[in-house]
Amino acid sequence: MSGQIAPPEQAGTDRQEVPHVVVRFAGDSGDGMQLTGDRFTSVSAAFGNDLSTMPDFPAEIRAPAGTLAGVSAFQIHFSDHDILTPGDEPGVLVAMNPAALKANIKDVMRGGMLILNSDSFDERNLDKAGYAADPLGDGSLDDYQLCKIPMTSMTMDAVKPTGVGKKEAERSKNMFALGVLSWMYSRPVEPTIEYLEKKFATKPALAAANVAALKAGHAFGETAELSAFEVKPASLAPGVYRRITGNQALAFGLIAASVQAQLPLFLGSYPITPASDILHELSRYKNFGVRTLQAEDEIAAIGMALGAAFSGHLGVTTSSGPGLDLKAETLGLAVSLELPLIVVNIQRGGPSTGLPTKTEQADLLHAMYGRHGEAPLPIVSSYSPSSCFWAAIEAARIAVKYMTPVILLSDGFIANGAEPWLIPKLADLPDISTSFASQPNAGEDYWPYLRDDDTLARPWAIPGTPGLEHRIGGLEKADVTGNISYDPENHQLMTELRAAKIKGIEEDIAPLEVEGPDDARVLVLGWGGTYGQIGEACGRLNAGGHRVARAHLRHLNPLPKNTEGVLRRFNKIVVPELNMGQLSRLIQAEFLIEVISINQVKGLPFRAAELEERLKELI
Amino acid sequence: MTQGNGSALDTKGRGITEASGGVATLERADFVSDQEVRWCPGCGDYAILAAVQSIMPELGIPREKIVFVSGIGCSSRFPYYMDTYGVHGIHGRAPAIATGIATARPDLQVWVVTGDGDGLSIGGNHFIHALRRNVNLKILLFNNQIYGLTKGQYSPTSEQGKVTKSTPFGSVEQPFNPVSLALGAEATFVARTLDVERKHLPEVLRSAAAHRGSAFIEIYQNCNIFNDGAFLALTSKDGRSKNRIYLEHGAPVRFGDNNAKGVRMDRSGRLEIVDVADVGVEGLLVHDATREDPSLAFALARLAAGPTMPTPLGVFRQVKRPVYGDGMEQQLRSAAAEQGPGDLGALLSSGDTWTVT
Repeated sequence: MSGQIAPPEQAGTDRQEVPHVVVRFAGDSGDGMQLTGDRFTSVSAAFGNDLSTMPDFPAEIRAPAGTLAGVSAFQIHFSDHDILTPGDEPGVLVAMNPAALKANIKDVMRGGMLILNSDSFDERNLDKAGYAADPLGDGSLDDYQLCKIPMTSMTMDAVKPTGVGKKEAERSKNMFALGVLSWMYSRPVEPTIEYLEKKFATKPALAAANVAALKAGHAFGETAELSAFEVKPASLAPGVYRRITGNQALAFGLIAASVQAQLPLFLGSYPITPASDILHELSRYKNFGVRTLQAEDEIAAIGMALGAAFSGHLGVTTSSGPGLDLKAETLGLAVSLELPLIVVNIQRGGPSTGLPTKTEQADLLHAMYGRHGEAPLPIVSSYSPSSCFWAAIEAARIAVKYMTPVILLSDGFIANGAEPWLIPKLADLPDISTSFASQPNAGEDYWPYLRDDDTLARPWAIPGTPGLEHRIGGLEKADVTGNISYDPENHQLMTELRAAKIKGIEEDIAPLEVEGPDDARVLVLGWGGTYGQIGEACGRLNAGGHRVARAHLRHLNPLPKNTEGVLRRFNKIVVPELNMGQLSRLIQAEFLIEVISINQVKGLPFRAAELEERLKELI
Repeated sequence: MTQGNGSALDTKGRGITEASGGVATLERADFVSDQEVRWCPGCGDYAILAAVQSIMPELGIPREKIVFVSGIGCSSRFPYYMDTYGVHGIHGRAPAIATGIATARPDLQVWVVTGDGDGLSIGGNHFIHALRRNVNLKILLFNNQIYGLTKGQYSPTSEQGKVTKSTPFGSVEQPFNPVSLALGAEATFVARTLDVERKHLPEVLRSAAAHRGSAFIEIYQNCNIFNDGAFLALTSKDGRSKNRIYLEHGAPVRFGDNNAKGVRMDRSGRLEIVDVADVGVEGLLVHDATREDPSLAFALARLAAGPTMPTPLGVFRQVKRPVYGDGMEQQLRSAAAEQGPGDLGALLSSGDTWTVT
C-alpha cells in the first residue's frame, strides 16, 4: 500500500465544535485496542466530558491474527452534555486491519469516518478477513469518509531511534492511532505519556517506543490536517469525579460496605468472565483487612464465604451464570442457616458457556427460583457502572440487617463499561452496622432462631462468644430453638417465616420512582443494564411529542411496595429486557397486570434508536 | 475513616469478651450437648464421639473457640452432639465451609467430621485442596466403606467385588486408599486409627489437635447395619495381634505376636513383610514421620491393599509447613504496616480525578 492519505472533506485546523461523538477502536485481540480505548477514555474524563464506554472482546485470548474471530473493539461515547449510553452507531471507526473493518462497518453511521491502517490491507489480511476485493478500492466504502493512514510503517519509522525490536516497534501502532485521535479531538497526550512511562518503568526502551508512536500519531494528525473537532466539557453536577467501571465500583462498594458495617470483608471466588476483575480488585486491598480466597471451584468459593459469615465476617462470593448454577445448593443452605451473604452474579450470555464476554439479563428467574424447596432471598440489581457501588452497599445492608443471603445482579455490559463518577462523600454513606449476640436470650440458654419481632431476623452469635455455643445446619430447624425438627406444623411455620422475612423487606427499600410527563399513559418498566438505553429512547420519544414515562427497578425481590400502585396508573406497561421475558413474567404473575415485552438476546445492549422505534410502534 | 488492622476479627465494643480462665476445669461432660444421639445402636460412631469428647478438656481451648463442621452422612450428625459451635453443612462441602471459618478466624480451632462418601466422593475436590493449602483444620474421616444414611450403596472405599444395593453383581471399581490420597494431596499430618482403639484413637486425636495446619485422620469405623465386620481382620481377637501394625516415630516397624514380624525395604525399594528372626531388627524399616519426602509414608500407607491383612495404624506423616491462614494474616499485617490502615476516602478518590465547579 502506498503512503497516500485521503483527507476527509472538512480538513483544516479550525476546530469544529460537536456536542458528542461515538468512537470505536477495533483491531486484533493482540493490537491493544482495549488499552487504547481505556487511555482515550481516561483523558476524555479528565477533560470533563461526560462519557460511557463499552468494550467488546472475543472469548478467545488470542484468536488467529487477522481473522474476524479475533477482532477486539472498544467503543466510547463522549459529550458536552449528560449521556446515558455508549452510543448506538459509531461516528468514527478506527480499524487496524481488514477484519476489524469488516466486523464493525455494519454498525458505523452512514457518512461516518473510517480511520484505517492502510498498511494492513494486503492480500493476506484481506483474504483472512474474507474480502474478495479490496474495500479501499472497490467503492464499497463510498458512503463513508475514508482516512487511510499507513500506521504500521509510520510507527516503525517513528520508533526506530528507540532501538526496540521489530515486533515491539510494530506493536506500538495502537499508540500511533491514539495519537491521531488525540489530535482530532484535542485530547492532551501528556497524561498518556506519564502513564506509559510508569507502565514500562522497568523497560525504558519500550516506554520510549510507545511515547514516540503516540507523538508521531499526534504530529501526523496535525501536519496532514485531519479534521479537527472539539467536544466541550459537559456541565455535570459540581464535585470531584473519577472514571469507574462497573466491576471496580462493585469492588469499592463491597469495601465501603465492610467499613460501614464494621465487619471484615471476606471474598471466596473462582475466576470466571466477566466477574474476575472484582476478585483482582479486592485482592489488592489487604490493608483494609480484606481477605480474598481463590477457591478450588465455585462451590468451595461460596462455602468459604458462608463459613466466614458464620464466623462474623461480611461474606461475599462473586461469579457469573455458570458459577451461580454451581452455588445453588449452598445458597439454599445460607437461606436455611439465615446468615448474611452477598452473592454477586455478573450475568453473561447463556445457556451453558454461552457467550462469556457478552452481556445478557437472563438470570433473573434463576436468582428468584434457582434453588430446590421454598428458598426466597432478596435480589438487588445495579443499572449502570457507578450504581454498582451503591448496589453493593444496599446488598450488604439487607444481608446483615435481615440475616439472609442476597443476590446482586449486574451484567457484562455494566461490569466492563465505564463512566464518570461523582465520588461520594463518606458522610453520605449509610451506617449499616449490626451487633452480634452477646448474651443468652432464653434464661441460661441461647436460641439461635429466636427472631427479632420487627425484622424477623435471627440473632448472629459468632464463635468466640462464651455461653452462646450452638449448632446450626441445613436440616429443618424447630422455630425458636433451632433444634432439628421434622414436625409437619413446624416446617409449615418455618417456611412461612422465611418467606415473611424476605417479603417484609419491602417496607425498608426505596419506592419505585417514575420519570416522565405526568400525563403519560404508557410506562416503560426496566431493570439492570438497560437503564441508559431505555432512558435515551424515552427521552427522544418525549422530545418528539410523545408521552412516555419510565421506571427502573433496583430491587427485584421483594419489589418496592408501591410497584403495583405505580403500574396500575398506566394504560400500557412495556418491559424491555435482554432475555425472553423474565421480569414480564414476574410482574404478570405477581400482579395479574398485562405487560408487553420487548426482548433481545444478541449478547449486546439494546440500541436506543431501535428501542425508540419499537416503543413508537407500541404507543 | 479507617478499618481493619489485618488481625483477627475486631470484637471490641460488640459485647464480646475474650474467654479467660476456667478452661482447665472443663470436663468431658462440658462438651456433651443436650441433643439425643441418634446413631444406630452398636455404631462405631459412638466410640469416636466419646473419644473426641474425652480429649477436648485436655486441649486447653475454651468451648466457644471450637467449631465442628460436617457435611452429610451418618458421621456428619457429629456437630449436633458437641457442645461447641457447629455447622452441619451440605454434602461434601464441609472442608470448604471450614476453610472459610479457619481463614476468617485463626483464633478458632476447627474440626471437620466427614465420611468416605462425603469426604472422598462428592467432596473429594474440597478435601484435597484443604490439605494442599494446609488450612488449620482437623479432619476426621470415618471410613466404614459403605453409604449408611442412604441405606447401603458401595462407597469410594468399598473393595472391588463388593455386593451392595447398587452393585448386585459386585463393584467393579478400584477403591481409594484415603491415607495415600491425603499424602498425594500434600497433607502435613496423616494418621489412621480404629473406632475400637480405646487408647490409640485418643492418642492420635491429641497429636492431630496439636498439629498446626491440616491434620487428617482416617478412622476405620464399623457400620454394623450395612457393612458389619469390614474391619474384622483388625478387630477380631486373633486379627488384633496379627494384623495391627502400630507405627511409632523413630522405631523399627514391627508387629504380630511377640513382635515377630517386621517391615523392611527390599532391594527394589518395595516394602515387604518379613520375619524379624530372618533379617534381624537392624534390617527393619525405621519409621520417620517427620521425613519431608512422603514416599516412605506413601509406601507404608499402601502396604495393605485393604484392611484385610497386616495394616499400619498411627501417624504416617507429621511435618511442618506454613499454615494457609497464617500466610494470609501475614499479608494483611504487612499491607497495613506498609500502606497504613485502609482509608476509604482515599480509596474512592484514587486514580485520575477531576473537579467540576
